[in-house]
Amino acid sequence: MDMERVDQIIEKHNSEPSSLIQILLDIQSENRWLPKEALERISEKLQVPLTRIQQIATFYKAFSLVPKGRHGIHICMGTACHVRGAQRVLDTVEELTGIKPGETDADLKFSLETVNCLGCCALGPVMEIDGEIHGNMTPAETAETLKKYE
Amino acid sequence: MPRIESPEELVKVREEILSRRDPNKPCISICAGSGCLASGAGEVIEAFKKEIEAQGLTAEVDTKGTGCPGFCQRGPVVVIYPEEICYLGVKPEDVPEIVSQTIKEKKVVERLLYEDPATGEKATLESEIPFYKYQERINISTNIKLDPQSLEDYLAIGGYSALAKSLFEMTPESVLEEVKKSNLRGRGGAGFPAGIKWEGSRNAPDPVKYVLVNADEGDPGAFMDRALLEGNPHSILEGLAIGAYAIGAHEGYIYVRQEYPLAVKNVSIAIKEAEEYGFLGKNILGSGFDFVVKVHQGAGAFVCGESTALMTALEGRAGEPRPKYIRSNIKGLWEKPTVLNNVETWANVPLIINKGADWFTQLGTEGSKGTKIFSLVGKINNTGLVEVPMGMTLRDIIYKIGGGIPGGKKFKAVQTGGPSGGCLPEELLDLPVGFDELTKAGSMMGSGGMIVLDEDTCMVDVARYFLNFLTDESCGKCVPCREGIRQMLKILTNITQGKGKEGDIELLEELAEVTQVAALCALGKSAPNPVLSTLKYFREEYEAHIKEKRCPAFSCKELIAFYIDPDKCGACTACSRKCPSEAIIGGKNKIHIIDQEKCTKCGTCFEVCPPRFAAVKKISGEPVPPPIPEEARTITRGGKS
Repeated sequence: MDMERVDQIIEKHNSEPSSLIQILLDIQSENRWLPKEALERISEKLQVPLTRIQQIATFYKAFSLVPKGRHGIHICMGTACHVRGAQRVLDTVEELTGIKPGETDADLKFSLETVNCLGCCALGPVMEIDGEIHGNMTPAETAETLKKYE
Repeated sequence: MPRIESPEELVKVREEILSRRDPNKPCISICAGSGCLASGAGEVIEAFKKEIEAQGLTAEVDTKGTGCPGFCQRGPVVVIYPEEICYLGVKPEDVPEIVSQTIKEKKVVERLLYEDPATGEKATLESEIPFYKYQERINISTNIKLDPQSLEDYLAIGGYSALAKSLFEMTPESVLEEVKKSNLRGRGGAGFPAGIKWEGSRNAPDPVKYVLVNADEGDPGAFMDRALLEGNPHSILEGLAIGAYAIGAHEGYIYVRQEYPLAVKNVSIAIKEAEEYGFLGKNILGSGFDFVVKVHQGAGAFVCGESTALMTALEGRAGEPRPKYIRSNIKGLWEKPTVLNNVETWANVPLIINKGADWFTQLGTEGSKGTKIFSLVGKINNTGLVEVPMGMTLRDIIYKIGGGIPGGKKFKAVQTGGPSGGCLPEELLDLPVGFDELTKAGSMMGSGGMIVLDEDTCMVDVARYFLNFLTDESCGKCVPCREGIRQMLKILTNITQGKGKEGDIELLEELAEVTQVAALCALGKSAPNPVLSTLKYFREEYEAHIKEKRCPAFSCKELIAFYIDPDKCGACTACSRKCPSEAIIGGKNKIHIIDQEKCTKCGTCFEVCPPRFAAVKKISGEPVPPPIPEEARTITRGGKS
């Protein structure tokens, strides 16, 4: 990631140490992960020890310290989706992509995550890919949907 | 728009807005909440805009994307004013017909109306639909009338008049008294009286105080706070400003999870607009009172919904809870007196100020006043957000409003209170819903998730599900929570996998008790609830898993098998074509057999087998019958030769 862009984001938050989480969120959303150089830069600019940044980057689920795939798959494991068969959807995705939640495949095509609730309970079980919601998923439909992504 | 400098000016601005608006002008409101957007509301809004333009009606008809009215099951929801005609499940291709029929000809498009599944009767108006009819929607009914990104819309319905009233007609003390009198209890979980919390902060000697909105709505299956924040953000800001005035705070934060991008966007726009008009910032409405609000996005940690963890996170650190030797209303954010209330609690404040505590206390029960929004989800016909007076029975909510259980299945339990709540069985369906009533029954109000479970749901698996969630979300700071939940999860997982043994139930009970007593924060203290409530009401399911290795709900994968009844199989090949694991041996005119070695128990065969055969069976607690020999598999159809 371009360090100038990191500096701009830090500037936007007035280099405030209490805005650390907001700065990391901005970088995460632009770059899809947090490269080590960016964290070192933040540490230097905000005068916050790198260990504390690491603690935050590993404590919160929104952050990733490794590169992510081109397509982010989020399987909703909320209660409503769970009782409507979310596990079957997850099992199907795991089988077809060969990755487990939290992992990215070798050619950086898919990253798989589970989330606790997307709040579209009427459509459960729900799978979200790159922000697009796919509702009422069955194992067969899950397989069909995944095929559409290159 | 210049700043509004006095309450008189506010009245004038409102009159001016209303004078520009013709109440008889048709307005097409389309729900643009996250739920309807997921079912395609974005395309419907676009289609309406295009069609209105194409028909040359832009000047005569208003079109707006609004907040969520709650009926997610039948989204995208469209309401046409002034008649209030409600269309459900609208698709872009329905739009030309709606415009030419309803807008131009004033005719109703019958096929898009709500139809009662039992009687076939149609309902034209929103208020006639049973889902809405039995609700008391003092908060959520406003959503469908507002463009959430328009302060003018909020002013048109009387917005910010409660703030003006507080600042000019009331003292901070009298505002506080009114809220205390209303007995408004926190809608976020614990149900602590808001007025008493506020009073503690007001009386704390430190001159710097904070007010916070807890919009870190993390309970799976609960999304009422999101709907309010997305749909009517100004009502939250107004409530927050009134609270700030009452306790003497000049700075507020909205802690909202980043998983709610639309809520973040709408509330940020609302803050900016409110500042421009002078409802936030310096010298609000010329009163001399200053108050600023900032948005802080959560980064995905369930525990941050806990008050002290939320404050630690706001300070820019890892959100771990702190011990509460001193309450946070005395020593909270940056060690200053801090009032933290949930979104829905703040939304009720302007209503209480405008209509009075006496009006508010007319609604609800002795101990729980007002209404509560629940998100009614799971195995229920009408999934959505429902706002009911406190004290309504679970049965009325689930059957009258929710329309009962789909597919003719039998009700088993309702889970309330999120991961820290409990499961209530059929015997308790007539329980009136209130803070104290739910706690007494072994569950809790929580933030208002209500997940309906039917006969296909395994109660041991539900307990395992919540403990798995809590193991993930425990911050790890204190041992009872970190280890207690993990050990309970291990035992529950074993039970669902058929590895349960005698003594497991007793051990679970012991672990639950210690965790309840010894954990640091509410997350740990309430974590055993899912286990204890399912043990209390569904102990026999645990015993069946442990003693007979049988899952009575046919849900636990390791304890069930799928089997095709050879006498019923019609060799239609539906299952063998759909099976994702290619585990079904069949062929034309051949009785189908499941290869138990290959079967992943996904249940696809069970679902696709046509009801006229109903040949696929679930088996649990007994061995799968051996496959019939190859030579007996050919079906000779009668009557064809």
